[in-house]
Amino acid sequence: MTLLSSARRLIIVSAVAYLLLKGLFLSGLATEYLQQIILYALIVIIGALGLNVIYGYTGQFSLGQAAFYGIGAYTSAYLTHVFSVGSALPFLPILLVSGLTSALIGYLIGFPILRLRDDFLAIATLGFGIFVRVFLDNSDRLIDALGGARGFVGIPRITSLDLVLPVVVILVLATRNVIFSKYGLFWQCIKDDELASSAFGINTGRMKSMAFTYGCFLAGVAGALYAHLYTFLHPSNFDFLKSIDFLIIVIVGGMGSITGTIAAGLVWVGFIEGLRIVLPTGLLEYRWVFIPLLLIILMFWRPNGLMAGKESKLLGIAKAP
Amino acid sequence: MKALECDGLKKSFGGVLAVDDLTFSVEEHEAVGIIGPNGAGKTTVFNLITGLYRPTGGRVRFFGNDITAIDPARPAGLGIARTFQNLRLFGSLSVLENVMVPLLAKGGYGPAGAVLQSRRYAAAERAARERAMELLSLFRLTGKASLRAGSLPYGEQRRLEMSRALAVSPRLLLIDEPGAGMNPKEIEGLLADIREIKKAFALTILIIEHQMKLVMNLSDRLVVMDFGRKIAEGTPAEIKKDRLVIQAYLGEEKEKTC
Amino acid sequence: MELLSYTLQQLINGLQLGAVYALIALGYTMVYGVLRLINFAHGDIFMFGAFVGYFCISRWHLPIYLVFMIAIGACAVLGVLVEKIAYKPLRAAPRISLLITAVGVSLFLEYFLSLNAMFTPNYIAFPRPFDVAGYDLFLVTITNIQLIIFSVTAATLFVLYLLVYRTKQGRAMRALSHDQETASLMGVNVNATISFTFAVGTACAGVGGILYGFAYPQINVFMGIMPGIKSFIAAVLGGIGLVHGAVLGGLLIGVSEVFVSAYLSSTFRDGFIFVILLLVLLFRPNGIFGRRIEKV
Repeated sequence: MTLLSSARRLIIVSAVAYLLLKGLFLSGLATEYLQQIILYALIVIIGALGLNVIYGYTGQFSLGQAAFYGIGAYTSAYLTHVFSVGSALPFLPILLVSGLTSALIGYLIGFPILRLRDDFLAIATLGFGIFVRVFLDNSDRLIDALGGARGFVGIPRITSLDLVLPVVVILVLATRNVIFSKYGLFWQCIKDDELASSAFGINTGRMKSMAFTYGCFLAGVAGALYAHLYTFLHPSNFDFLKSIDFLIIVIVGGMGSITGTIAAGLVWVGFIEGLRIVLPTGLLEYRWVFIPLLLIILMFWRPNGLMAGKESKLLGIAKAP
Repeated sequence: MKALECDGLKKSFGGVLAVDDLTFSVEEHEAVGIIGPNGAGKTTVFNLITGLYRPTGGRVRFFGNDITAIDPARPAGLGIARTFQNLRLFGSLSVLENVMVPLLAKGGYGPAGAVLQSRRYAAAERAARERAMELLSLFRLTGKASLRAGSLPYGEQRRLEMSRALAVSPRLLLIDEPGAGMNPKEIEGLLADIREIKKAFALTILIIEHQMKLVMNLSDRLVVMDFGRKIAEGTPAEIKKDRLVIQAYLGEEKEKTC
Repeated sequence: MELLSYTLQQLINGLQLGAVYALIALGYTMVYGVLRLINFAHGDIFMFGAFVGYFCISRWHLPIYLVFMIAIGACAVLGVLVEKIAYKPLRAAPRISLLITAVGVSLFLEYFLSLNAMFTPNYIAFPRPFDVAGYDLFLVTITNIQLIIFSVTAATLFVLYLLVYRTKQGRAMRALSHDQETASLMGVNVNATISFTFAVGTACAGVGGILYGFAYPQINVFMGIMPGIKSFIAAVLGGIGLVHGAVLGGLLIGVSEVFVSAYLSSTFRDGFIFVILLLVLLFRPNGIFGRRIEKV
C-alpha cells in the first residue's frame, strides 16, 4: 500500500473540510473573531499533537511544551521581521526553520533530561519553561526587536486558512505514518516497559530523543503559525498554563490517539472561547478555576483520556488492516 | 566453542553481595540449568549477562567476545535473548506487535521511509509481520494475534514471551523461571516446546527454574547457586546426589516448616 | 574591605532567603520520601500561610506567637485535606496520574484563591507589626527581621528534629520512607503516618510563608510558584527525601540566588535555578547527601 493510497481518505476528508471552512469564511457568516478561533484551534492541535507524541505515545511527561511553542513563535516573528516577509510563500521556509529551531533546542535539552524519571522530568521541563520565559522577558536586551516584557508587535498577518489547513493535514499525515511505523511501536514499548524495550534491541535513548525532538518540532511550527495569526507576542502567552492547555487536550482526547487530539483540540478551544462569550463578566474568572478541576476529575475518572489508543476510520486516520 | 563464559562474576549492592565469584560456562548447543534456593542470585546473573547490571568484578564472554558491562540494548543484536521472571510483555501492544518488535528493531528502514511509507518500509513491515506470525504459530498463538497482549491469560502470555524472545534470532536464550505458576501438565507442554525450539533454532539455552521436573529433564548440566555462590556443578544425576545441594535445599525446607 | 563587607552582607541576605526556602523544601522532601510524590501544591500552601498571617495581623490584630500557631494549624489542616481528598484515592494509580492531580490541585488553589470573592489576584501589602531596625555588626548590618527569620527557622528545625527523631510518629515516617510495605507489616499505620507527614511539612511551609511576608512584604496568590519550584530543586540538590538535605539545599539556593542577583544581574535570578537543576541532574542526581543509588 503506497503512501498515496493509504492517505487517500484523510486527504479527501481534509479537502472537504477545507472547502466547507473556506465557504464559511468567504460567505461572511463567520465573524473575524470566529475565523481566528477556528484557525487557533487548528494551530493548538499541532502543538498538542507534538505533546501526544512525547507523552501520549512515549510516556515522557513534559510540562514545557509551551516553551517550544514560544521558541517557534519568536523565531518566526524575528525572521519575518528581518527578511521583511509579508506573504505565505516566502513564509514557508521560515515556518520550517522555526520548527527546526524548536526541534534543535529540544534535542539538546533532551540529552540531560530525558533519562530522568517522570516526576523529575516534569520538574526539569517545568524549569526549562521558566528559563525560556525569563529569557523571553529579557530578550530585548539581546535583540531589541524581540520586545522583551513589552512584547513583540507588528508581526505580519500571514496565517490564513489556506496556510494552516494544508500544514495541519501534512503534519497529521506525517505523524500518523510515523506512529504506524516501527517508531510508533517502539515509542509505545518504551512507555510500557523501558527495560524490556532495550532488551529486545530498541535504542531507548535515541527513540526517546526522537519523540521529544519531533514533538518540539510540531510545537515550533504551531508557534510560528500562532505568531502570524495574532500578530503580537508576549512572554506570558508561553507560560506554564499554556503547557497545561496542551496537556489537557492530550489527556482529554486520549493518550496515543491522533483523532482524540484533533477532536479534543477543537472541543477544548471551542469550550474555552465559548465560556468567554457565554459567561457574564462577573463570572469570567471562574474559567481558570474550572480547568484544574477538570484535570483532577479526569485523573480520577479517565486517566488515559477518552479515545486512548483508538483512531477514527472515518477520518482516514486509523491504520489500514 | 563456548557460547557463554562467566568468569569470577561479582555483584554487590551497597553492602550486599548478590553474586560472589561465579564461574561457569555453557557450550554451544548445550542446555544448562541454574537452580538454587530463592534469593540465591540467579536472576541477578541474567541481569549481569545482559548488561542490565554492571558487575562489580569478573567478566562475561559470549562466543569469545567480551561483553562485560555491555549496553543493555546490544545483547539482542549479538544474538542473546531472554525472558523475564515476572513477564515483561508490551501490554498495550497486540500479540503480533510484541513479536514484531525485535524483528523491526534490527533495521530495515529509517524515519524518512516511515513518513513516506516507502517500498522499503512496506517490505520490512510485511517481512516482520510474516515472520512474527510464523513464530506465533510455533506457540499456537496465531488466533490471538490481534488481541492486546495484556489481555491474554497467564499461560499464553508466557508463550508469547517465548515467541518474542525467538524473534531476536538468538544463538543464546536465557529463560527465567518459565514454569512459574504452571501445573504439571503445562510443565510437560513447556518442556516439549523448549526442546522443540532448541532443536529447530539450534539454540544454546541457559535456564533458571525451580520446577525440578522441568529443569532436570531439559538440562545437560546444572549449576547450583546459594547465597550468590556456585556450590555445585554437574549433570542432573550428579547434582541429585550432591550433599551440599541437598543441604542447601533442605536448609530452605527446614526454614519453611519453622 | 568594601568588597568583603558587601559580600558578607549578601551572604546574610542569602541566608535569610535560604531559611525560607529550607522551610518549604522540608515539606517537599518529607512528602517525597514517604510517597515518592512531588506535591506541586506545596508552594501554594506556603502562599496560604502568608495570607493567613496577613489576616491574623492585619484584620484581627493578633499577637505574633498566635499568628504563627494559627498559620501552622491552618496550613497543616489544608495539607491534610489535600492529601485526603486528592491524593489518597489515587494511591494505587500510576504515578503520573498522581502527579497530574497534584498539578491540578496547585492550579486550583491558585486560581480559586485569586477570585475576586476570595483573596483577589492583586498584590497585598503584608503588615509588619514592628518597626524595622538594623544592628551593625562588624562589617554587616543585620535587621531585626533577619534575626526573627533565623531564630524562628532554627526553632522550627529544632521542633522538627524532635518530631522526626524522637517521636513514634516520626519513626513511623522514617520507616515508611525506607520501605512502605515492610513498615506497614511492622504495624505502622500508613494512612495516619502519611497524613502526619503532610501536616508537618505544610506546617513548616506555613511558618515560611509568614517569615517571607515579613521579609518581602508584598504577597499575592501566585507567590508560591517560584519559591515552590526553587525549594523543590533545593531539596533535590541536598538529596531528595533527606531532611538535612532540604535544609542545606534551601540555604545554598537562597545564597546562590542572592549572589547571582547581586553580582551578575537580577534579571537572571529566576532563570539560573534551571541551570542549577541541570547541573545537579547531570553530575550528582542523588544530591549532596544522597547515596549513589544503582540504576535499575
